[in-house]
Amino acid sequence: MDEFLTNLPVFREAIWQTFYIVSISVVAGGLLGLGLGLVLYATRPGSLMSNRAVFITVNILVNIVRPIPFVIFLTAIQPLMLVTIGTTIGTNAVTFALTLAAAFAVSRIIEQNLLAVEPGVIEAARAAGARPISILLTVIVPEALGPVILGYTFIFVGVVDMSAQAGLFGGGGLGDFAVTYGSQRYNWPVVYITVAVIIVIVQAGQFLGNALARKALRR
Amino acid sequence: MTTTPPHVRLTNVTKTFSRGRNGTQVVALDDVSFEVAKGEVFGVIGQSGAGKSTLIRLINGLESPTSGQVHVGDQEITALSERDRRGVRQDIGMIFQQFNLFRSRTVAGNVAYPLKVAGVDRAERDRRVARMLDFVGLLDRAHDHPEQLSGGQKQRVGIARALATEPSLLLADEATSALDPRTTTEVLALLGRVNRELGVTVVLITHELDVIRTVADRVAVMDRGRIAESGTVYDVFAHPRSEAAADIVRGALRDRPSAETLARLRRSHSGRIVTVAIRDRTGFQTALARTFLAHNVAADIIFGGISELQERAVGSLTFELTGPADGIDEALAALRADGVELTEED
Repeated sequence: MDEFLTNLPVFREAIWQTFYIVSISVVAGGLLGLGLGLVLYATRPGSLMSNRAVFITVNILVNIVRPIPFVIFLTAIQPLMLVTIGTTIGTNAVTFALTLAAAFAVSRIIEQNLLAVEPGVIEAARAAGARPISILLTVIVPEALGPVILGYTFIFVGVVDMSAQAGLFGGGGLGDFAVTYGSQRYNWPVVYITVAVIIVIVQAGQFLGNALARKALRR
Repeated sequence: MTTTPPHVRLTNVTKTFSRGRNGTQVVALDDVSFEVAKGEVFGVIGQSGAGKSTLIRLINGLESPTSGQVHVGDQEITALSERDRRGVRQDIGMIFQQFNLFRSRTVAGNVAYPLKVAGVDRAERDRRVARMLDFVGLLDRAHDHPEQLSGGQKQRVGIARALATEPSLLLADEATSALDPRTTTEVLALLGRVNRELGVTVVLITHELDVIRTVADRVAVMDRGRIAESGTVYDVFAHPRSEAAADIVRGALRDRPSAETLARLRRSHSGRIVTVAIRDRTGFQTALARTFLAHNVAADIIFGGISELQERAVGSLTFELTGPADGIDEALAALRADGVELTEED
């Protein structure tokens, strides 16, 4: 325990890094994934703005990227990282990779939940003379909001999970702390305190997500 | 007599779908033509799968025919691009079997939606929403959400939403099929008011004769993608010329004995069995009775039903006739000569 107290500044730094990585990835990846998901939904055959070429391209891209384990994905996109952010290690590099991974996961969640919107309400909006883009943004997205929020919550937990691997590429964070200061030194209290913090973060996110979804669903 | 141009006109409309992988052609509409006059309630009745839903969606251009033309007012919908059709749709209201309300919006938000689409400013929007909700009797529910309403109330919101932009035409797609009989009556009464008080032309499709006879002025009977017959509600259903129309009347009025009923009647009645179509004429049945009496024929009513269509009597009565054989023949001949529709059941 004394050792833990001496490492307290490092622990605080690790918590901060996890917050940094997770919040940027969830927000930026969430927005990017929303865009991708809207494209997937709207361009599919028979949909509002069906466009075979766009749909097939995006669909295949998502199918290729999404199943790649995050550690491998981190390695595989290093050339892209060099070109875009100029580095392949550190917190920002990990955040960049996690943002992309989250975006692809979010895109499917968005697509699935939009597909579950009743065709009838879309028809009602079309019958009112609305444009497809307006139907998409002012009818379909609001109608799917509750499940979409729950989907984001699910992704948030997944991002916290993946952020634990940041240490492998010098990204720091709680996962790195638990391994370096905990298990590698056989200091189990450090491991379990870290686990407790992770649980609190995940629970808080889940609680917030559930509350927002309940508000959107009014139940 | 001056002829005003029809509000809706379908000319030789055909619609085929290809279904499945091998692209089997399914004919949903086969050479359909009809006209709907301004200010009338026009009903389209038929079994499910008769092509009614496709038909109504052609009118606001949600579907396009494979061939043929659709006109609304002086505009040919079938010649318009999707972009131009959107403008026309803002002047055509539509209500649905499952109401299709936006669950993410309040009652007022639902009614305001088409006004937003049409670019009506906020103050005017609020005024029209209040006026429409007042018209359908739901002003006090403006801030509720759809799931807090009963089925009938949901459809009233649907009607308020469809009429918010003050369209001159309302399309009703099986609007009462998800409602119980009592709520159906309420919603039909409201549609009647929409037609009379707001002067809105209504095209409604349904599989229920009750809906047609409550609100429609004229009717088209659809059978497997074709119009079997059309005309005033009374003419079509009091004297059906098509098998499809006759089926619908039989199903709704149950005034004519089915084959099974007839077999059962025959077991308990030894005389000749004759079914007479009721005429909407005072003293019709007295005249029948006199004719039978004059030929010494005893006539017992053993089946039948009389109902009302557009405030005129319709139905039929089935008699067992006993007495001298030539007397019966003479009585039947006299009735036929008098224009009475009768069928001898065998």
